Amino acid sequence: MEAVSLKKDKFIIAGRNFKSRLIVGTGKYKSMSQCAKAVKLSGASIVTVAVRRVNITDKKKALLMDYIDPKKITYLPNTAGCFNSKEALRTLRLAREIGGWKLVKLEVLGDKENLFPEMIETLKSTEVLSREGFKVMVYCNDDPLMAKRLENAGACAIMPLAAPIGSGLGIQNQTNIKIIRKQTKLPLIIDAGLGQASDATIAMELGCDGVLVNTAIAKATKPFDMALAFKNAVIAGRQSYLSGRIQKNLMGSASSPPKGII
Amino acid sequence: MKKIKKIKIKINGSFKFVKYNTNLSDLLKTLKIPLKKVAIELNQEIVDKKKLNNQILRNNDKIEIVHFIGGG
Repeated sequence: MEAVSLKKDKFIIAGRNFKSRLIVGTGKYKSMSQCAKAVKLSGASIVTVAVRRVNITDKKKALLMDYIDPKKITYLPNTAGCFNSKEALRTLRLAREIGGWKLVKLEVLGDKENLFPEMIETLKSTEVLSREGFKVMVYCNDDPLMAKRLENAGACAIMPLAAPIGSGLGIQNQTNIKIIRKQTKLPLIIDAGLGQASDATIAMELGCDGVLVNTAIAKATKPFDMALAFKNAVIAGRQSYLSGRIQKNLMGSASSPPKGII
Repeated sequence: MKKIKKIKIKINGSFKFVKYNTNLSDLLKTLKIPLKKVAIELNQEIVDKKKLNNQILRNNDKIEIVHFIGGG
């Protein structure tokens, strides 16, 4: 039975309601079929996808759309691999052209080693894309001031990193995430750097609206089991957040009443 | 026999020779590109998929055909 508080708990991005608060990436899997099965087990309603050249010499190569139906699961085109605003804009305009995708994920990177977001270019791109009618979910660093700027520039969701992409380090700066949570009513989604299911639970307990996971599932020893673990972790974290945790106390407080001790 | 004139284009980074007066629609049909699943750029400008017939290819045209693949 679904818990009471989750029944009315809606996850809305740019006016659309999504069933799952777990967004998964579709990269780094051993095969398309492995990817599709992991996505299914994760229960995700949104998957991120990349825009790349069609292989014109090998036409038999499997297409992502043959494995994950974009009518059933929302494709979120992503600008992964873009290092400036120009590349990112070009990529997302092409993504929109494929089939009318307006909900997109903007990710402009600044460094090939640490993969941190290049925030000046990200901000510029957010402004342009919003003006062009895109609904932009923005990958960003965990800086509350920059998050505010993105919000003012028209972002439809703020997606701060937990740690560098693919690092598996988990949330490095919980304080910043809490501050961003406090200041914004936009969907707040932790994107990048999670390593295990409990990291997702922590994100949700901090009050985030969702998490985006790719490497932690795709590169786990057992991706299918990990997909399921993340699904449950996100639900658990959200439930915990909505349930109102107890105060932290320095001293103990016995669970059994002292009265009637023999 | 009259020699058929050809032009050189670049498609997804590779050179290709096509017949003079080929339009973009013909080219994509020859390459068996599933139009519903791709987007097309001609010389860095997006081409409306409904107007591919109107687009006659010229020498040194650069074409990009992209689609969605797995990514994070």
